[in-house]
Amino acid sequence: MSAGMTAPDLLTVSDLSLGFRTDAGLARVLDGVNLRLQAGQIMGLVGESGCGKTTLARAVLGILPRHVARIDRGSIRFDGTDLLQADEKILADQVRGRSITFIPQDPFSSFNPVFTIGTQMMEIMRWKSPRRPVGSGSPLFHAYPRARRAADREAVLAMLDAVQLPQPKQILAKYPHEVSGGQRQRLMIAMALLPEPRLVIADEPTTALDVTIQAQILKLLRRLATERNVAVLLTTHDLGTAYEICDGITVMYAGQDVEAAPIDAFFRRPAHPYTNKLLASLPRPDGKVQGIPGEVPNLVRPPMGCRFNPRCDRATDPCRAERPALTAPGPAHAVRCYHPHA
Amino acid sequence: MPDALAPSTPATGEPILRVKDLRRYFAIRGPFNRRLGWIKALDDVSFDLQQGEILGLVGESGCGKSTLGKTLMGIHQPQSGEIVFEGRQIAGLTPAKHREMRRDLQYAYQDPGASLDPRWKIRASLHEPLIIHTKLGEAEREKRVRAIMEAVGLPASHLDLYPHEVSGGQLRRVGLARILTLHPKVVILDEPTSGLDVSVQATVLTLFRELRQMFNLTYVFISHDLAVVRMMCQRVAVMYLGRIVEMGPVEAIFDRPQHPYTRSLLAAIPQIGGARVTKDFWLEGEPPDPGNLPTGCRFRTRCPKAQAKCAEIEPTLERAAGQEAACHFPG
Repeated sequence: MSAGMTAPDLLTVSDLSLGFRTDAGLARVLDGVNLRLQAGQIMGLVGESGCGKTTLARAVLGILPRHVARIDRGSIRFDGTDLLQADEKILADQVRGRSITFIPQDPFSSFNPVFTIGTQMMEIMRWKSPRRPVGSGSPLFHAYPRARRAADREAVLAMLDAVQLPQPKQILAKYPHEVSGGQRQRLMIAMALLPEPRLVIADEPTTALDVTIQAQILKLLRRLATERNVAVLLTTHDLGTAYEICDGITVMYAGQDVEAAPIDAFFRRPAHPYTNKLLASLPRPDGKVQGIPGEVPNLVRPPMGCRFNPRCDRATDPCRAERPALTAPGPAHAVRCYHPHA
Repeated sequence: MPDALAPSTPATGEPILRVKDLRRYFAIRGPFNRRLGWIKALDDVSFDLQQGEILGLVGESGCGKSTLGKTLMGIHQPQSGEIVFEGRQIAGLTPAKHREMRRDLQYAYQDPGASLDPRWKIRASLHEPLIIHTKLGEAEREKRVRAIMEAVGLPASHLDLYPHEVSGGQLRRVGLARILTLHPKVVILDEPTSGLDVSVQATVLTLFRELRQMFNLTYVFISHDLAVVRMMCQRVAVMYLGRIVEMGPVEAIFDRPQHPYTRSLLAAIPQIGGARVTKDFWLEGEPPDPGNLPTGCRFRTRCPKAQAKCAEIEPTLERAAGQEAACHFPG
């Protein structure tokens, strides 16, 4: 399963740069980011808070705040189409919520508390069901034929079974507060898979969960992705989570991608100094732990060149002048560093 | 080290804090304030804390670990049980008496950002405990505050900033500084690293160790992160639904867990480079409704070893291998 590079990419992000307008100036949140993901693969997008992983995920979904975000250059190709150039109507009707869906971090605030779970799941099916004809006009006052409704309800029940929720019919009649956090996250996964997407973007899907529930949810996500041949872009700050279920990993720092590799190669031979320092920060049984001195840079005035250079003990003048190009220390392994670890 | 920070704790053989059969129930109330049942947040919890040690309290959400910390502090009043701190019974003291205790026994909140007044400069927040608990003059307070800022590794210029102007890792340091100005003997750290990035977490954990040396502190370390607990603590108590189910030295718990719940917790931690946890994770289901606990052992509804006896008799902590476990079928 080692990131089969022969398969065409389902998602290719190339040289994506974008910024957010803030009171202090333009914050350069993404700076020439690249990412590749094949069908059916789980890609971990890893980095610490503020590294731009959620922004990248939202850019792929096309849900960046419109009046604040400014895309400078780059492309996001999904299944052959550049999502940044495509017609907004087609994106809304055929891509967003349909062939690309989303699992949020917080299953608590993502349900409407005043409607039953069943109502909310059927609402998705009304607009995003795979049985809904493509381009069937304005969503306002749109009919929901009885036959499709029945088929959709069957699909919902089957999906609840697939995410291993007991007594699906009873759950549909409940309100969101009546089910536990783990069950809510299972429901979120079910809702993301109902439109039969080709790509699911999961934004820190287990951060709010306890460790035993996290293990159950990750196991479920891995199984469903493989069974249904759905690609998953999983953002996480936890290298352990990435190790558990991802096929490949892309590490970001301060808006730049620094390293990408198949998962085993990555953990066997991490090449970028930031990646190595991040791994050394994980608590270890022998009590040795090393943080990374310094702070994440200000993105309004980011450092020139490689943005990690002020905190890097290998940094030299070229690092401060120009961002290193991608080099390959191994098959399918890419790193952006002038002085990578061997 | 400046004189103002000299520790003041004599070493003794007695446990500094002893908790016995501590019980804290919360009533579940329905319409007209009618009591429908109890949530047993702490149910007969007992342990000793030795001077200078770090005791880890681990468990999942709702297991009662934060309630335990808050009951020790007197924020919640226990229904029954004893809390003996340095030979003095402190459970059920009046709020005024408790305030005196708090000089020696301090609680570090999970989110220091929320416990600092956003309209106060950090200097004011650090002076406040000294104003309440001591009779020091302003110049002396300032001297102590500056010494403590240095000890937690923050520049004195940060005293003139507001909480929103400093980063999350620095806020933790401010929260610690605020607690340590009073020279407490025991500090209860409630999820001290949750919400921090690992690179920042590492520096904060190192700081906890340095401060412990510097101030002769004893920690109760409440956390859901077992990797952090393993690294920081000497002894660990594992809680499940209001009870301690296993307690002992950290190596014993992590190398030879006896209670099935502890084993499942340990099995759920991803081990980078090791076997994938998610391939064969065996624990199913979720904790039962805390207002409606199963009879007998509370873990039996999820336990692969459960038998008829487990539904009848609730196990108590018994010696098993190098630690204590509350299980009829340990190992």
